[in-house]
Formats: sequence, structure tokens, C-alpha cells
Amino acid sequence: MDFTKALLCSTAIVAAGSAHAVDLEVTHWWTSGGEAAAVAELANAFNASGNNWSDAAIAGGGSTARPIIVSRIIGGDPMGAFQFNHGRQAEELIEAGMLRDVTEVAEREGWRDIVNPPSLLDACTMDGKIYCAPVNIHSWQWLWLSNGAFEQAGVPVPTNWDEYVAAAPQLREAGILPLALGGQAWQSTGLFNVLLATIAGPEVLQQVYGDGDIDMAEGPEIAAVFVAAEQAREMAQGSNIQDWNQATSLVMTGQAGGQVMGDWAQGEFAEAGLVAGEDYTCLPGLGVRAVISTGGDAFYFPRHNNADVTAAQEELAASLLRPETQVAFNLKKGSLPIRGDVDLDAANDCMKRGLEILAAGDTLPDTNMLNTEDTNTQLNDLFVQFFQDPSITPEAAQADFVRIIRSKD
Amino acid sequence: MASRPFYLFRNMMGKLAAIPMVLAVSFVFVGGTLWTVYHSFTSSRLLPRSDFVGLMQYERLWSANRWLVAIENLMIFGTLSLIFTIVVGFLLAVLLDQKIRFEDTFRTILLYPFALSFVVTGLVWQWILNPQFGIQGVVRGWGWESFTFDPLNNPNIVLYGLLIAALWQGTGFVMCLMLAGLRGIDDEIWKASRVDGIPKWKTYLFIVVPMMRPVFITTLVIVASGIVRLYDLVVAQTSGGPGNASQVPSMYVYDYMFQAQNLGQGFAASTMMLLSVLIVLIPWAYLEFGNRKERSNG
Repeated sequence: MDFTKALLCSTAIVAAGSAHAVDLEVTHWWTSGGEAAAVAELANAFNASGNNWSDAAIAGGGSTARPIIVSRIIGGDPMGAFQFNHGRQAEELIEAGMLRDVTEVAEREGWRDIVNPPSLLDACTMDGKIYCAPVNIHSWQWLWLSNGAFEQAGVPVPTNWDEYVAAAPQLREAGILPLALGGQAWQSTGLFNVLLATIAGPEVLQQVYGDGDIDMAEGPEIAAVFVAAEQAREMAQGSNIQDWNQATSLVMTGQAGGQVMGDWAQGEFAEAGLVAGEDYTCLPGLGVRAVISTGGDAFYFPRHNNADVTAAQEELAASLLRPETQVAFNLKKGSLPIRGDVDLDAANDCMKRGLEILAAGDTLPDTNMLNTEDTNTQLNDLFVQFFQDPSITPEAAQADFVRIIRSKD
Repeated sequence: MASRPFYLFRNMMGKLAAIPMVLAVSFVFVGGTLWTVYHSFTSSRLLPRSDFVGLMQYERLWSANRWLVAIENLMIFGTLSLIFTIVVGFLLAVLLDQKIRFEDTFRTILLYPFALSFVVTGLVWQWILNPQFGIQGVVRGWGWESFTFDPLNNPNIVLYGLLIAALWQGTGFVMCLMLAGLRGIDDEIWKASRVDGIPKWKTYLFIVVPMMRPVFITTLVIVASGIVRLYDLVVAQTSGGPGNASQVPSMYVYDYMFQAQNLGQGFAASTMMLLSVLIVLIPWAYLEFGNRKERSNG
């Protein structure tokens, strides 16, 4: 009898001990050098609370990771937390009641007051409840230029898109690829959307993707964007690469003149020890229009019945937005912090320019907030084809674009 | 009369043994198929819903450029791969059938690629056909600077890059089936044709091939079903690129079901795939099994 009692006591102690150290499985798709360094900062901050961040990275980017994450949640085997781009990607999971709302944590930590711009928190909110913890702001509208490549071609480093297009023939002559573009579909769509936001302007983007304005999609503004996209296609001919960081590495080594890629490319430059302004140049808004989109990453928390897990989820949610975490994470990631009150002195020139634009309020919503994944996939199908096949005319592509906008919801 | 067992209980053991298979077929295959077809008429997104929208998903499907490209690719790839695997497989089998030395060794070498999965095959051929590291790079390294062979980076010929890999992988297997068929031909036939002085190639073409009809049909069904569900080879080798040039229908189904979170569209596409298989399969089954019944009756 005594033995049984002792056994029961010891198991109770073990159980109580484990209540405070939960292995919380966190799924994300941050696997490149800069990204992995950044995610380690999040893990450290969470581990400091006595829990354990059990890392479950999925290689291959969001389009590979999202189906895996969704099928695990629908299949009844949810992870502790997962990363999505906030916006409409998790919409249906929330509607189906599979994700828990973290409104309590948000109120306790005062997210409403600290998150800047507030549209980030709005993208997490559904029916007045907050379902995700935003961790960073990523903007797409950046042109990364290799100073070395332009030096070799004997042209000054461009200060805007038009100069860049004009310099392309000289780059070609010097044996340099003018524009590096990976073969994955999302990179083609991203390039087009950046041209759309900078050449036509944020209002046009809002009208087409936000309101589904058919007249605008058929109009001359969008036609001009398609002509610019055709020029970009010409410049990108011969980039036989797939991943975005391969394209970035072409820019870093001076084999390519430049790349249009979101500010996450910044992390790769930093990881390689290159200096902004000396080794490479960044042009927010392609040097045409200083605007940045405020997309980004956010963590969502699937519903769990285990009280230990839910406590750990709340702990994680709170730790993600703390000032120290925000600074450490965003410096490594190359993204902007989601709170305006943190000190980012260590930021380099490019990030500072991003922060200035953010402070000035020249922002536009990310396409992930306006479009569903269905629309994005259709756009991917269109643009990956357009940027790889020079026989497609801008007019034909625009007609297809209108068809997609017409069927969007 | 009374001692005669009730019809249902005749051959009891056999029926019991078949129950798991019958259940699996009716619930998993037939049930799953009906469920899929049903939901292809709805506007299901991430989760299945019963909100009917008529033929909307099908209209969208057939106006999508990528789907049309995928269908066209499957037609070209399917026809070529069917012809080449069967012709080349048969020729190899005939060559091996000439009572050559080291037949076992050759058979093993030719069959070995079949032991590799499509994913491995795709990756291997992706490297071989890579312009920087593969054949093109090697030949240029020998001094032929202008040599160009980059099927995987050229939208016009990317399908042939896939075809090379598929033939390399699948021909050995077809050869083995054919060889088994050839070995099943009675030696007396050969003796008779030799006595009559018929040339060897004529014997093969007009006597042996018609006698091997069942083997050809088995091969046709196996190869054709492999073509319709072609997915992993493309994903590993080209992931549908460059652009959409090497898309196949099964990739469309996967991408729309899981990436685009649009089940309705994915189900519509998979229903079309099923339909295309049925269009080929039903007339064939009718000819094959319908005739047999008559034959056995007569």
C-alpha cells in the first residue's frame, strides 16, 4: 500500500513538473540563412520563459508549408503554433473554429496601443476577436542592386527603375544578367505586384485587388504596368534559377545587376557581411514612389484542450511582441518591427529608410490581405507563364488578368 | 432439394475472404469518387461545403490557361511515351530473346532504372540535363563551345526532357513483360515457321505479336494508368516549369486543392481526369469482356 502511494506521489510530482515546461511545437517556413538566425531569436525569447520551443521548420516556402500545416490542423493533429502571412490565408480555419482567439493576451499586453500600423492587427481580427500575433512587417517594394556589377559594366548605379531599364543593355554586354528572377511562381507575381504598386500606384492596386474594379483592370494604367513587366521579362531572360535566395546570391556576387524582392533579401546581405551603400544599393518603391506594403508574418494558435499547451501558447504570444524580441528578431530577419516604440539604432541604412517611410505613413496593404490564396494562385499561374514565355504579349496577359479579377471574391 | 445449400452460403470461405476488398472498394474508391464528384458542383474552399453553384467550377476550369496547357501536355506526353515504351520495350525483349550470352546481366541492367522511384529519376535527370553541370556543360568543356542541350530550360522542348527520363525509367519494365510473353510462345510455332521458310521478322510481326495480345493489353493498361497520374516525375524534374510549359493535370488538382485552398476547383479538375480515363476505359472493357462472353457462349 505504501509503495502504491509512493508511486502515485512520484507520478504526481512528475506531472506537476512537466506542467511548467511544455514542448510547444512551432511550425514555420523560415529556412534560409538569415531566416534561421532570426527564428532562433524567437525561440530564445520563448525558452527564457521556461518552456521549450520545439522547432518544426518546413523547407520550400509558404506554398509548400501551408498545405502541410492546414492538413495537420484539419486532420486533428495540430501543432502548438504556426506561422502564416497574415491576411486571408487563415480566414477559413478561423471561420471553422479551429484556431483559438488570443484577445485576452492582446488586451493584457495592450497590443491595440503598440502595434503600428494598426492595419496589422486588423488583419488578425475577425468579428472583433484577435486570432494572431503579428511579428514583423515585410514589404515587397524593394530593388536590390549590385554596385560591383554596375561598376564592371561602366554605368553609374541607377537611382530609379527607368535608369535601371536603360542600363540593362550595357549590363548584358558586360556579360551580366540585368535582372535576377527565380523560376518559382510567387516571385513572378511578386515582381508584377511591385510594378503595379509603384508604376501605377497604391490606389490602383487597392481598386483592382481590394474592390475588384474591372474597368480599372482593363484600363490604360494596368496596360502600362504590363508594358513595364514586358521590359522586366526581357531583362530577366537567362536567369536559370529557382529559389529567391539563389537570385539574391547572384546579385551579391555581381553576376546579376539587380533583383526585385521583398525586404527579407536584406537578411541575406547582412548574413554575407555586405554593407548597404558600398556593396549593394537598395531602392524602396523601385526609386519611383517611396511606398511600402505592410504584409508580414504572424503566428496563429490552433485550439488545444490541454491546459498546459494553452498556457504555453499565451506565453508565446506575449513574448513575440515584447520589445527585446522584436528588436533581436527583426534585425536578423531584415524586416521592420511591428511596434513603433522600439529602438532600432542598430538598423542599417536600408532598414532606416523603410522605417522612415513607415513613420510617414506611405503604406499600402499587402496583396495577401486583399486576395485569397485562390486568386493568388491564379495570378501565379498567369505571371509565371508570362515571365518565362516571351511569346505572350502584354495585351493577351492583361485579358487573362481581367478574367481573374472578374472571378475574384 | 432441401439438402441443397442456400445460394448465398455457397462458397462461404471465398465470400468471407472477399469482404474486406469489397468494403474497401465500395467505401474508399466508389464512395470517395462520388463524394468528390458531388463536391465539384459546390463552391467549397478550404473545407467541403454543400453550397451548389452548378457548373461554375467547370466553366472556370476550361477557361484556365494552365489547365488547357496541362491537358495538351498530357496528350503529347502520353501518346509519345505509350508508343516509345511499348515499341522500344518490345524491341529490347526481342533482342534479349535471341539466346544471347549474359542475358541475365543485360536484363538486370535494363530493369534497374525501374527500381528507382520517379522522384529520384526526376532529380537525376534534372542534374544530367542541367546546362551548367550536365551534358551541355561536359560537351562545352571538351571544347564545343556553342553546343546547346538544355531541354529543361526551354519551354518548347521541356516535354521531351521529361519523356527521356520517363522512358529511361519505364522501358525496362515493359521489356520484362514482353520477354515473359515471348517465352510463352510455343517452340513448335517457331519450328513450323522455319519449316515454311518464313523470315524471322515476319514471324515476329505476323505470328508472335498477335499471339501476345493479352501481354500487350496488360502493358497498355499499366503504362496508360501511369501516364494519367503522372505527378512526381514532373514535380522532381521541372516543377511544372519553365513557366507553365510542363504542367500536368494532377499538378493542377493538387495546387488548387491544397495551395489555393479551393477544393471545388480541384475536385472539378480531378473529375475531368476521371472522365477522361473512363472515356478510354469503357469502350476497351466493352470490346474486351463483351466479346469474351460471346466467345465462351459460342
